[in-house]
Amino acid sequence: MSQNIKIRKGVDIRLVGTPGDTISAAKRSKTYAIQPPNFEGLTPKLIVKEGDTVKAGASLFFEKKNPSIRYASPVSGKVAAILRGEKRRIMSVIVEADATDSYIDYGSLDISKSSREEVLNKILEGGMFPFFGQRPFGVVASPEDFPRSIHVSGFDSSPLAAHNSVALDGRMKDFQNGINALAKLAGEGGVHLGVKAGDSTYDKIEGCTKTTFSGPHPAGNVGVQIHHTLPVNKGEVVWTIGYQDVANLGAFLSSGKYVPSRTVSVAGSECSAPAHLNTLVGAEIASLVEVPSEASNGDAVRIISGSPLTGDKVEAEGHLGSYHTAVALLPEGNEPRFIISKGWLSLGLDRFSISKSYLSWMMPKSKSWTLDTNMGGEERAFVVTGEYEKVFPFDIYPVHLLKSILVNDIDSMEKLGIYEVAPEDFALCEYGCTSKIPVQQIVREGLDTLRTELG
Amino acid sequence: MKFIQKMIGSVKPHFEEGGKLSKFWVVFDSLETFTFTPGHVTHSGSHIRDGIDLKRTMFTVIVALLPALLFGMWNIGDQHFQYFPAELAPTLIDKVLIGAQKVIPLIMVSYGVGLGIEFTFAGLRNHAINEGFLVSGMLIPLIMPVDVPLWMVAVAVAFAVIIGKEVFGGTGMNIINVALTARAFLFFAYPKQMSGEIWVHNPDGNTGATALGKLAETVGQDIDSDIVSGVVQKFYYGSEFDIVNSLIGTIPGSIGETSAIAILIGAVILISTGIGSWRIMSSFLVGGLVMGLIFNLLGLNAYMLLNPLHQIVLGGFMFGMVFMATDPVTATSTNTGKFIYGFLGGFFSIMIRVFNPAYPEGVMMAILFMNVMAPLIDHYVIQANINRRLKRLKTT
Repeated sequence: MSQNIKIRKGVDIRLVGTPGDTISAAKRSKTYAIQPPNFEGLTPKLIVKEGDTVKAGASLFFEKKNPSIRYASPVSGKVAAILRGEKRRIMSVIVEADATDSYIDYGSLDISKSSREEVLNKILEGGMFPFFGQRPFGVVASPEDFPRSIHVSGFDSSPLAAHNSVALDGRMKDFQNGINALAKLAGEGGVHLGVKAGDSTYDKIEGCTKTTFSGPHPAGNVGVQIHHTLPVNKGEVVWTIGYQDVANLGAFLSSGKYVPSRTVSVAGSECSAPAHLNTLVGAEIASLVEVPSEASNGDAVRIISGSPLTGDKVEAEGHLGSYHTAVALLPEGNEPRFIISKGWLSLGLDRFSISKSYLSWMMPKSKSWTLDTNMGGEERAFVVTGEYEKVFPFDIYPVHLLKSILVNDIDSMEKLGIYEVAPEDFALCEYGCTSKIPVQQIVREGLDTLRTELG
Repeated sequence: MKFIQKMIGSVKPHFEEGGKLSKFWVVFDSLETFTFTPGHVTHSGSHIRDGIDLKRTMFTVIVALLPALLFGMWNIGDQHFQYFPAELAPTLIDKVLIGAQKVIPLIMVSYGVGLGIEFTFAGLRNHAINEGFLVSGMLIPLIMPVDVPLWMVAVAVAFAVIIGKEVFGGTGMNIINVALTARAFLFFAYPKQMSGEIWVHNPDGNTGATALGKLAETVGQDIDSDIVSGVVQKFYYGSEFDIVNSLIGTIPGSIGETSAIAILIGAVILISTGIGSWRIMSSFLVGGLVMGLIFNLLGLNAYMLLNPLHQIVLGGFMFGMVFMATDPVTATSTNTGKFIYGFLGGFFSIMIRVFNPAYPEGVMMAILFMNVMAPLIDHYVIQANINRRLKRLKTT
């Protein structure tokens, strides 16, 4: 019997340019990059240097505090560049790809006959481990922990997301294999899969507790699903992993080859042909989409690796983030706008808003919107109350949690439930904030403070 | 509008760092952002943002205040002409003009003094100007008696903005409602003027008294006495303060508070746009009705015996409920807390009004009191949430 949970709070932001249900292979990217800033909590220690040749699956760098967590190259080729930012922080390790990949053979593993140790070691060795995240803190998991449970969200509810049915088409055997591996790691009954109501993709999957979720975004966020099934208490650790990575994990264990496949939704109002494309982690953006020089309204084009609500701003020469399954092209909106025609005095028929102060709420629910990256106002103190609660499906007081983070009150943060959340869970709060407060950044800072404080 | 944009662009360098007028950057910036939503773009986090900002929020409240403001203007004229022979037959325009003559200077003084102080503080602290006073500046004239001297308004606004808001750090940080602080200041500093009979503007020295003022006279009197029955008669159907007149608002009172209907139009705007909290408004209403009913049952004096529905359309109850209690900064911030806060606010409004006729305007005292209590209510609501979490920890 699977449980059915209805998420009532939240909102689906329908953007123009969603991809259809077809998938095609992206052209091979010239370079692939693994970017340490994608992995929260990582302090990278390089294994390779510029000019080295690597095979696909070879480790590029490892976690300084735990050398067993290795970060692997998605392709074979030559390390073309190691980009550094401020304080010589490593921003990106770029590999120039060979025409065809040669792989390191890690050897296949029969999961049913292996112990937890064997499975875990294989995952660590082959560089699959960084795809595990953990709650609390929303960072890369630690192999020393025995997680209370492992949670997989079977769908992505964010705007312009890839469809799981498309991404997993023909990969259900790998997915099942991956779930079996997770069951080894979390113990019997420890794997939880969140399924979208009405989605039959996972009907034949066994070995995990399935829970059906219906309702608007963020119903697909794994944090929301954990909160509504088995909330994280103080002192507990749960692991999370994306559904595509479960299939990759299954494929890795049965073949012994590290192939971090990614089905990416290339979408957005400035994307001429929205589509699902199959590529590898870290592919160059230009290999996925031709970026127009200017948006249809004459603005510049914003390229986002990941969801428009949580992703990173990148350039066409930039690379797909390791966890990202979408690339969105949106207009920048960097031109000042006259208040009466397009600003705060307008009727706002074209301004999608969670509040009903613009008339856009009278438009049909199915309407798609072209949104740009303009802030839509200036940052202010917290004034309006109750608006975060409308899109925050947790039994947590979001504004009070944020305020406890702002004043660095660790005791209050704990009490108010910071262990259950990650920045992405606050993305809609940030979207709809009247005072334009950088909510996700605040949550990230709070989590980081707590993590260093607790050692 | 390209022209305006160009003009702003051409004077901008003078206000920027190193320019001649850089001291006035805050003023320039706020005027610029008032005409053009700036081209600021997101950098991280959520790349797309909602169109709503504080300017829109405050603007929506102003729109919601317009019915009360316009009716108030007309009512000033209407009350005024009642002291003139009927042959004068003033038209609608005449009445509104009399009202405008009184109200517009009040609004100008309120905004002038308030925004002056806001700009000064923003300049001193070098932060952007918050839009909060746009609403406060409109609320203050609407809760004044029509003939209040302008200098008193100026002093009250200055007090409210400085002591009520800026000392706490500006918009979003204040503990008590700014507009009510102004009103309370006048009430205690110039009680004679505020509780005196200055509610109708007329040149001949005739005076009007508010319904609540009249009712207050009955307290402590023998219920069968002439004074009481004289007052009570005024509330009978067809008389000056009957429920229809009180609902429509053709009675003396503060400028914006008399018409329950105009205020309710504002309430509809606030609730339908989601800007005003329906939780606070509805529970405030219920709180007032419950207290009114309790008084009915006690029935110790004529005031208590007033029909609860009549009770809540009199005085500032409605205005306080829709525009004052719902101030998000000073109300409770939790949704559960809003119900408690609203209910107690309405409850105490009627209680103070009847029990302490020295304060005929119980709503003001009740809301200020609840503003102070709001953090306490929130504390207990949040504590309940924390306890739920702790309990979960213990059971697992």
